[in-house]
Amino acid sequence: MADKIATREAYGKALAFFGEKYPDLVVFDADLSGATKTDVFKKAFPDRHFNCGIAEGNMVSVAAGMAAAGKIPFVSSFAMFTAGRAFEQIRNAIGYPHLNVKIGATHAGISVGEDGATHQCNEDIATMRVIPGMTVICPADAVEAKAAVEAAILHDGPVYLRFGRAPVPVLFDENTYKFEIGKGIVMADGSDVTLVATGLMVALALEARELLAAEGISARVINIPTIKPIDGDLLEQAARETGAIVTAEEHSIIGGLGSAVTEELAQRFPVPVRRVGMNDCFGRSGKADELLTYYGLTSYNIAANAKKAIASKK
Amino acid sequence: MLDQNTKALLKEKAAYIRLDIVEQVFRAKSGHPGGSLSSADILSYLYFKELRVDPKNPDDPERDRFVLSKGHASPLLYGALAEKGFFPKEDLKTFRQTTSYLQGHPDKKGIPGVDMTTGSLGIGISTACGMALAGKISNKDYRVYALCGDGEMEEGQVWEAAMFAHHYELDNLCVFVDFNGLQIDGKITDVIDPTPIDEKFKAFGWNVICINGNDLDEIDEAVCAAKAFKGKPTAIVASTTKGKGVSFMENNAGWHGKAPNEEQYQQAVSEIIAAMAK
Repeated sequence: MADKIATREAYGKALAFFGEKYPDLVVFDADLSGATKTDVFKKAFPDRHFNCGIAEGNMVSVAAGMAAAGKIPFVSSFAMFTAGRAFEQIRNAIGYPHLNVKIGATHAGISVGEDGATHQCNEDIATMRVIPGMTVICPADAVEAKAAVEAAILHDGPVYLRFGRAPVPVLFDENTYKFEIGKGIVMADGSDVTLVATGLMVALALEARELLAAEGISARVINIPTIKPIDGDLLEQAARETGAIVTAEEHSIIGGLGSAVTEELAQRFPVPVRRVGMNDCFGRSGKADELLTYYGLTSYNIAANAKKAIASKK
Repeated sequence: MLDQNTKALLKEKAAYIRLDIVEQVFRAKSGHPGGSLSSADILSYLYFKELRVDPKNPDDPERDRFVLSKGHASPLLYGALAEKGFFPKEDLKTFRQTTSYLQGHPDKKGIPGVDMTTGSLGIGISTACGMALAGKISNKDYRVYALCGDGEMEEGQVWEAAMFAHHYELDNLCVFVDFNGLQIDGKITDVIDPTPIDEKFKAFGWNVICINGNDLDEIDEAVCAAKAFKGKPTAIVASTTKGKGVSFMENNAGWHGKAPNEEQYQQAVSEIIAAMAK
């Protein structure tokens, strides 16, 4: 079995790793540096890490001022308290002036686990991607997370990075993996249906592909690390070539990857789309893997939806 | 103490800024004259005496910064910037028009001299903290000024920023509070009382100076004291008259966000010009 590493771990290490190469990089946290893993950066660069206390709206706005003065700030807290609580500050102080702030949001989705619904943000992709000029990235594994951090540093403008709490399988080889903002990745080819996944659902989509193969169904798997700007060309090609799509995300099916894919295909090449994700509901306390099963974020449910999507092809 | 020539210049500039405010709001048929007029003396002082800024090089990394945290007073900022030469005064006539770059609230991306996009209250003071911190860690000697409203003190984020500025000892930050006592819905003490503002900043660990914000000598004295004070940020709680300089707008919450008609506009202009001649 592949190694499992949480993307938040990779995030903290990546900040520390790139700290020397990019001297303008500074990091803000809101009393969660042990959980967001920015404490790894703090140990390496104590003069460039600023704890803002439990005051996320201020933290995000301070970062905007830092960016206006030429720094490259990363601000970190849980997704709920950045994309959720500080939405308006992100929109008005970072998005509207298009400032060079990177939001490193951890503990996204229900894999937060035992803390329950107040801390499980299933709405952040929706609130972030609706902001004009905002880039939204949801890495699938530790390798992609590290590469996404550097891509965000090099990108001139606001970026929202979505990381998870739970350890997830490592899918990529760091020596060969290349990350490009806005590009999707075909993980495995197939001709009957395409499974489009982001974040920890990519590994589950690959498992679903095996389940489908056992039934003689050929499924393509696409990883979408950049939800905005989304790789419309790759999605259109998949729609044309496989004729049916299933999206899979650890997020509400309203406003997230499923919506982004559907919006794109509706204009380019409409085909049946089924969305796997949080079905307009809040999460609850429990073990991360049990919650994923409870809410249907499983390889079995992706495979079941693939068959429904294929059945509704014209 | 200001010398007579400087004081005369600052008075004149304040009067021109007031004329610019009235002109913009009249032509746009919308905007916020009351809380713009109240702080015209502060902005005149900052832009014509204090701030190290150059209209020919508005993005100079070494420049002093000004953040209009009470972004609705955009006619005030635009007036000061136009008088300073950041853009043509003629453009003020386009304020709030669809094709103009002079947005209803300050937009740093599109307006020369605007250091931060503001309008949503409570955010600007935090961004000023960020600029001040960036200056500190980069060993730059620029100073950061911000202007908040007294109604803005009701925003919780102001106090998050106050905690932050104290914790990181941002003595290169100076925040004016335009203490005119009125907000859209009426007296600040009737809406939801944010007073005592000075004692609150003291409790948050700031250096606090209370002045008459329509008195140029007092503004000068406070800014000099703020610059000399080390280890803490300074809040200058500036008591002002809302609508200052236009008799029918003074101390009237109704003029927070209302444009004058033709007759009122003419009267406002005559009053400001008459006061200049004195």
